[in-house]
Amino acid sequence: MRRLTLQIRTPEGVTFHQTLAGPMARFLAWLIDFVVTLALVYALNALLAVLQWISAEIAQAVAVMVMFALNIGYGMALEWLWRGQTFGKRVMRLRVMDAEGLRLRFSQIALRNLLRGVDLLPLAYAVGGLCALVSPLGQRLGDLAGGTIVVRIPHTPQPDIDQLVAGRFNSLRAFPHIVSRLRQQASPAEATLALQALLRREELVDAERVHVFAEIASHFRTLAAFPPEATEGVTDEQYLRNVVDVLFRASAKAASPAPSPGQEAAAT
Amino acid sequence: MIIDIPRFMESERPYWAELEALLKRLEREKAELLSFTDAQRFHYLYERASADLARIVTFSSEPELRDYLEALVARAYGEIHESRRSQRSVAIWWWLSVALPRAFRRRRGAFYLTVAVTVFGAVFGGLAVALDDEAKEAVLPAMFANHMGDPRKRVAQEEGRGGAARKGGGVTASATRMTAFSAMLMQNNIGVAVKSLALGMTYGVGTLVLLFYNGVILGVVATDYALAGETVFLLGWILPHGVIEIPAILISAQAGLVLAHALIGWGRRERLRERLRSIAPDLATLIAAAALLLVWAGIVEAFFSQFHEPALPYAVKIAFGTAEFILLVAYLGLCGRSESSRLVKESA
Repeated sequence: MRRLTLQIRTPEGVTFHQTLAGPMARFLAWLIDFVVTLALVYALNALLAVLQWISAEIAQAVAVMVMFALNIGYGMALEWLWRGQTFGKRVMRLRVMDAEGLRLRFSQIALRNLLRGVDLLPLAYAVGGLCALVSPLGQRLGDLAGGTIVVRIPHTPQPDIDQLVAGRFNSLRAFPHIVSRLRQQASPAEATLALQALLRREELVDAERVHVFAEIASHFRTLAAFPPEATEGVTDEQYLRNVVDVLFRASAKAASPAPSPGQEAAAT
Repeated sequence: MIIDIPRFMESERPYWAELEALLKRLEREKAELLSFTDAQRFHYLYERASADLARIVTFSSEPELRDYLEALVARAYGEIHESRRSQRSVAIWWWLSVALPRAFRRRRGAFYLTVAVTVFGAVFGGLAVALDDEAKEAVLPAMFANHMGDPRKRVAQEEGRGGAARKGGGVTASATRMTAFSAMLMQNNIGVAVKSLALGMTYGVGTLVLLFYNGVILGVVATDYALAGETVFLLGWILPHGVIEIPAILISAQAGLVLAHALIGWGRRERLRERLRSIAPDLATLIAAAALLLVWAGIVEAFFSQFHEPALPYAVKIAFGTAEFILLVAYLGLCGRSESSRLVKESA
């Protein structure tokens, strides 16, 4: 089974993970860089057309040198200046990193880019692609020689919990011992699933939304059973909102202020 | 473990922000610029963030916070545990006068091998053209088509062209033509140099084949001109750029062989990853040296080597080439020695 993450354990005993970039994401990043390079070549040709008025030979010399520098230096320069990213990698949220999690050095960037020629052989990155597929860290030959990996930068915006639950009375908070049990039982993946379902609420058609929320709510009900007075009259969606509230905002102080009877009726 | 997340975040967030700010500063500037107090503070913040990550990792409901802390600790880890010598990105003079010649000398075994293979190829090519009239056509690639004929005719043609240009005042026209020619030479030769390095990934086989073939071409052309009695023309033509161009290709092949040696790992106990990591700076230095030398060789070849007698006496060209060669040998052999001996004295 192909390993998707690189796990690094620090001498302090802490472990962190880097998610490795898949072949498709890397291919798309390369494609974007190819298009950018092509656009630069066209722009350069337009500039050289002006230079040709002065001397065709000098324009040719400049063209040869700049094209060559662009071909060899595009990846090298951008990855050095943007700390492991080219334009394509930025768009695809990828980054070149040292394979041991240390600081990326110019010699590593230079090597991985200079050895691209071997990875391209015999055509269309066949050697590099094959090497990346069999390598446990998804490294092409240039990455192996340079001691680099390409990782995915996950897009993890801070969840806007307040937007989902602010100003609402949460009937589950009246039972802190069961809330504690729920927080112990729920895995990060389950908590994220509930949160994402609420955040993407508008993307679901009504019937499917009811169905999805019912399934997720019933799953959470099996993790910790609240008494009927906490759940009676509460819709599946509201139950999920209450669950997300207690999971992501552990302290009652952080939740909404104590509700008036009217608010309680509105929320439940 | 149950922890009060909001309170935890509230108390720790200032430390994370401070660590992030320090990391940004470190990533922008050189590590040497951190004062001792800042370095101590940085280490403290890193350890604190690591401890926070260790606490949060067992808590179920904060995946985003865990991801954030993992990313923060990963960035700090890269800076804290980097034990390789910091790269002096702007110290061009130091790189040229110390790092480059020392990297060359450190890997001189591979360079001697490149010389041996090239000389072997040259002897093979020389013998082939001396013993077999058809060898030249069989061995030389299409780009050497102008050397297929009789060397004497080529010399007469080149010398006639030089005289005509001098009489006709075509210096300006030929200068612009030579600029384009020079650029093409540089592009082609640097491409060959990069290929020599990259083919090291074939466990050195590709690099050795390339070197041998280059040697064969050199041997064929040199012997052909020598047998035709045009040795002086040959030296005047080849030496000014060849004494730089040929060593540059050998240096790039040297880098390829160093890479191959690390891949094979003869006599070394380290893992492949460690072997490759240890040679990466030298490889980058050597290939950059080859590229620099080839830029100079391209200029000389276009603007100097292509001019022959009567425009430019061969004695001048040969003397120029010899002087370049002596300077190159002195540079690669002697530069940076005083610094290394100074460092040894300092460490003692």
